[in-house]
This record gives sequence, C-alpha cells and structure tokens, in this order.
Amino acid sequence: MKLSSRHLLGLEGMSAEEITLILDTAESFREIIERPIKKVPTLRGVTVLNLFYEPSTRTRISFELAEKRLSADSINFSKSTSSVTKGESLKDTVKNIEALKIDMIVVRHASTGVPYFLTQCTASNIINAGDGRHEHPTQALLDMMTIRRKYGHLNGLRVVLVGDVKHSRVVRSNIWGLKAMGASVALCGPSTLLPYESERFGVDLYSNLDEAIDGADVVNIMRIQLERQQAGLFPSMREYTNLFGVTAERMKLLNKNHTIMHPGPMNRGVEITSEVADGESSVILEQVTNGQAIRMAVLYLLSGKKGEEA
Amino acid sequence: MKQAKYDLVIKGGRVIDPALGFGKETSIFVKDGKIIGVEKESKKTQKEMASLPSESVIDASDKIVTPGLIDMHVHLREPGFEDKETITTGCRAAAAGGFTSVCCMPNTFPTIDNQEVVRFIQSRAEKADARVFVVGAITKRLKGEELAEIGELVKSGAVAISDDGNYVQNPEIMRRAFEYVRMFNIPIISHAEDSYLCADGIMNESYEATRLGIKGRPNVGEVIAVLRDIKLCQFTGSRLHIAHVSTAGAVEAIRQAKREGIRVTAEAAPHHFCLTDDLIGLDFDTNLRVNPPIRAKKDVEAVIEGLVDGTIDCIATDHAPHSEEEKDVEFDMAPPGMIGLETALGLVKTRLIDKGYLSWADAIRKMTINPARILNLPGGTLEKGTDADITIIDPEKKWTVRKEKFRSKSKNSPFIGWKLTGRVEYTIVNGKVVYQA
Repeated sequence: MKLSSRHLLGLEGMSAEEITLILDTAESFREIIERPIKKVPTLRGVTVLNLFYEPSTRTRISFELAEKRLSADSINFSKSTSSVTKGESLKDTVKNIEALKIDMIVVRHASTGVPYFLTQCTASNIINAGDGRHEHPTQALLDMMTIRRKYGHLNGLRVVLVGDVKHSRVVRSNIWGLKAMGASVALCGPSTLLPYESERFGVDLYSNLDEAIDGADVVNIMRIQLERQQAGLFPSMREYTNLFGVTAERMKLLNKNHTIMHPGPMNRGVEITSEVADGESSVILEQVTNGQAIRMAVLYLLSGKKGEEA
Repeated sequence: MKQAKYDLVIKGGRVIDPALGFGKETSIFVKDGKIIGVEKESKKTQKEMASLPSESVIDASDKIVTPGLIDMHVHLREPGFEDKETITTGCRAAAAGGFTSVCCMPNTFPTIDNQEVVRFIQSRAEKADARVFVVGAITKRLKGEELAEIGELVKSGAVAISDDGNYVQNPEIMRRAFEYVRMFNIPIISHAEDSYLCADGIMNESYEATRLGIKGRPNVGEVIAVLRDIKLCQFTGSRLHIAHVSTAGAVEAIRQAKREGIRVTAEAAPHHFCLTDDLIGLDFDTNLRVNPPIRAKKDVEAVIEGLVDGTIDCIATDHAPHSEEEKDVEFDMAPPGMIGLETALGLVKTRLIDKGYLSWADAIRKMTINPARILNLPGGTLEKGTDADITIIDPEKKWTVRKEKFRSKSKNSPFIGWKLTGRVEYTIVNGKVVYQA
C-alpha cells in the first residue's frame, strides 16, 4: 500500500488505512532508533529543506534528526537570517532554494494553507510541520502512535483534548486522526477558547474538566499561552489553573489504565502539575521519541523510496 | 451638407427602463449625446436612418437595452496606487462591464478628504470611458477622529461621504457626521464592521474558519455596526447607506429600519450572493479574501432574500483591484478585495435572474435608477432629454471569465474560469460607443 498523496498537508480526510500504514512504518523506524547505530541509508541522495518560518525547537530538531538518520541531506532555513528580511516573498524564496535541486520541503509557517500554497509553486514533496492554527499532522500521528503502543489499538478509546482548543493546530489534526481511527474525542477548555461551531467537528464539548475526563482513557493537554490571557480570553492564569489544570486529584476521575500526554512545551504548574507530568501514566517523553519515528516514516513514505533501500 | 437627424440609433431592442416603467421592444434615438426619442420607428424615421452611416445604427434585435449601469461602489486606486488600477483602466473595465457611471471610494493616497483630490480625479476622468463620481471621506485620512471638509468636498462634486474600508468606531464622531451632512442632502455610506469585533479577522467566523484555524470576522460585527448607524441616522434624521451588506442580521436590521421609516438604503456585492466561505479551504485562493468576508450559506441566502424583497436597493461591485504580486502570497497576508466590474452583470444574470430570484427589470433597477436616486446622480433612465448613457446586453450569450480578457489593470478575481450567461455587447456614454464586445 502507498499513501494517496505525495504530500502530507494534514490529516483531514486521511483514511484509517493510510494512518495505519504510517503508524506501522513508524514502528520499524522506532526499532532502528533504539539500535546502537541509529542510521540507515534509505534516503541517500535525497535533499530535504527544513523551511521554518516560525520558531520551533522540538519539531525542527525531530525532523532534522529524522532526515540525518535516514541519510538524507538537509538544509535549514530560518526566517530571521534569510532574504525574507529584505522583503522577498515566500514564493520567490522557495523557488530560489528549489533551484538548488531539493526534493522535499518540511514547512512550518504561521499562516494557514502555506503547505498547500507550496504545492502550487514548487515540485517538491511538501510535509506540513504546522500551519497557522490549522494542522500539525506529524504531531497527531506521534500522539496516535504513542496511544496505540500503550493500548494496542485506538478504536473505542475516549480521548480528551484539554486547553486552548481555539488556537491549537495539534487539536485539529488530533480530531481528524483519532476520529478516523475510531476513537471518541472530547474537547475541553474555557468557552472563550472553544471556537465557533466546534460541535460540528463531531466531538463532545466541555467547559468543565471533571465532567470531560470522567471515565476517559487519554488526556492530551494543550499549552496555554500568556498572550491569551492578555487578549482577555480568560481572566487570569490562576483561574485557568483552578478550572482546567490537570492535577493528581483530578486524575482519579480517569479510567484506571489512563494516559497523560502533552505536545510541549509545558507550563508546569499552569495546565499540568509536575506530579502529573512526571507521573507513571505520563508518556510525554515517549511522545518525543515516537515523533522521530513518525517523521522518519513520513519522509520515507513520501520520498517514493519505498521498496528500494528500506 | 444636410446634418443627420440622429448621431446614433439603437434599433429594435427590448428596452428595459424601470424608471420609466416599461420593458418593450422599441428603438432609441440619440443626438448630440442626448436621448431624443424612445419610440417605434415610423416610416419617416426608417427613411432617415437609411441615410446614416452603418456604424450609427446598432441592431439590438434579441438584445436588452437599458439605461447605462451605475456602480456606486468602486475603488479606482488613483491617486496613490496606480500599480493596481488607474482612473483610465478602471473606467475601461467599467465600460466592459456595462457601467457608464462609477462612484469611487476615498481610500486613495492622498485620501479624498479635500477638494484638491476631488478635482484631480475629475480632471483624470475627463477622457475616461465612464463617468466618475467621487465619494469623499467622512473623516480626515479615514482615521475616524476629525470630520473631513465635507462642505468643500460636496461643493467640488462629492456625491456622498464614506470612510470605506474603515468603520467610524467612535459614535460621537459618527453622530456629528450625520448631523453635518443634513446640510448637503447626501447620504453617509457606512462600511459597517465593528473594528474591535472584526480586528485581525481574515475570513468569516464560521465552522469553516474553525476547521481551518483562521481568525474570523464574526457576522455580529457587521450587525452591531449596522444597528448603531441606523440608530444614529434615526436620531439625527439624516440619511444612511449601508455598503456591501453580507449578513442575515444586517439584512434584517435594514428591513426593520425601513419599516420604521428610517432613511436607510443598502447595497450588496455579487461576491456576497454568489460565494460561500467553504470555498476558501479548497485551495486558499487569496482572491476570496475580502472585507466584509465571504459568508456562510445562510447569510448568502439572506442577502438574496434582501435583494428580492427590496430591503437591499442596489447591486454594487466593491471593485477592489490588487496587483498579482500582492495576491500571490500566503492567504492571510494578501490584501482584502477582488475586482468586480467586468463580471457583475454575468453573475447577476446567472445567479439571480436565471435562478428566478429577480426579473430583468428588478436587476436593472438595482443597477441604474436606484443608485442614481440614492446619490442624486444624473442618468439611470432613458428618459427623453437625458444624457445618452446606454447599455446593450445579450441576455443569452454564454461566456467564460478569462483572466487575459480583463481590462482592469488587476486580475484578482475568484470568478476566473466561471461559465456565465449574459454579456454586455455595447456600452454607450454620452452617445459614444465606449465598449463593443
């Protein structure tokens, strides 16, 4: 089986079969990164551009390392040191770099739709590493991989996404991916951070954390940014923590064999207590490791190298 | 040599003039830029026509002949943004769209907030393919802080005032503007979008915006702005015209205000009754970025209902040219606006007339006499003695919108590739053919 697209723009519309293919492929790469020598020649000769228009630490490093471990050549673009500061458009910047003969572009951008825009102006394979508040497909895939590794499946699980739903691209990709895989999804956050008509996602909505997590299997906690408080979307960080902070006490409401996730970076003591973040049911660091396997799988599957040197 | 009795005869078309209240097959006779007769040809006139040169007789059989269309809301971009459009190119586009008169909005650079800029535009428009009427600013530099020199603007020819592109957020300033314009019998044209509720919004706030994670402009932002201006208009006994109505709530507010006898009128743009916001996620076409934004289906249906029941008086394009370079960027970085002069009539025919919402007479009324009356413009009718501004339409002509055919300097239209019915065949200004298909 192959992916139906040569790009990974998002998980909306992606079938369970395709998601399963990525997750299964990632399992074999996960095994590779546990080896003493964590490198394979799979993408030798392939050049990948990491086009990060927005600050990112973990996603950028995860992709970079995934590329290196697949033996791809990678180049890193950073907006602050580029011709963008001289007024060059995104399209011209990418076309210029592409003229240096690159094959794949991993793009992170503050504007929704930029990965799609790039498919229209370049010939490279495009991987969305986060566009605006829209999608962050590899993050959702690594979340799903982490859950699947623990439970062996996703079907029938109840997953609650807590926090700033409105501004989170992670939430949107998780919704599409989890629903495709048969999980039930609930969103929970202050009503000012649940976007307009979000019930049309086909999910349960809560503004009461205790009700939301009652009997849930997985709680995936989204980061709260100080700027949302400054924009008046909730009154204070203290109040947010009181109403939506995930504490050990609240975790008692979850199913016994539950899982705590966070895509990072975490605000300890705000949306999650250290006790929970570092507790037995937390898979937060496991997510990071799986992220690299997922990114290797995506690069591999989109490169068209399947069956050649795997 | 004997002088010809007519300069131009439009022969045998179906003449629709809602102002005169008729729609019948007849001929129009033009002399010295004026309409001198709208009547069946007699044997005498046929004989006189026979002596005319062939280019002076237009056979309009199977065509619709209407008063020259009037677009009360366009952006000609000159002065200041001549890379997007100039008065010459904008009027060329107007003529190609069947418009013989356009009203240009004041968000130029410098802003049309003083009489010198009005005069500059008028001088540039002298040789253009359409008549240009100027809308002056409500406030200096459209900042919403101090009233512009409205009296001087009117004296030099401004037909209305508007801070189009911006909402005058301060109700006290707007109140003064309403009071002040009473002296000049002109309306205030309101760009009704509450600046706080709509700040930084890129598209309609809806499920589509939620799905795409794009910051929205809520429809309540328009409704609140419309309601405030209606109340200020009522309080001051002045005149208000709501530009580019896009929401169900605004349509209802205007309908109610009209019932109460408040002097409010309104316009809708073709993109607000032809497009829905779910189109944005298909390919992030930046030509779909516009303010007010393309709305959801229920709003589009309400705008059409408003056009049908007369709540919305006019169809205006909000022709907003932007260069290709400006639009060939990330969706949220593109400037809002789309061109509209050359597609308006085809969209009205295809989306409103063919679907049974409006008759030809209703549509023509909203594109001729209604804007003329609201802004006290000449034209909008084929009455004997008026300037010979005439549009001839082939109502059944099928055509495809092509980028390379646009006469506007900018090509930012989401309708490129659309198949439309109904095309302008001739546009005549002051008795002269300025456009022929």
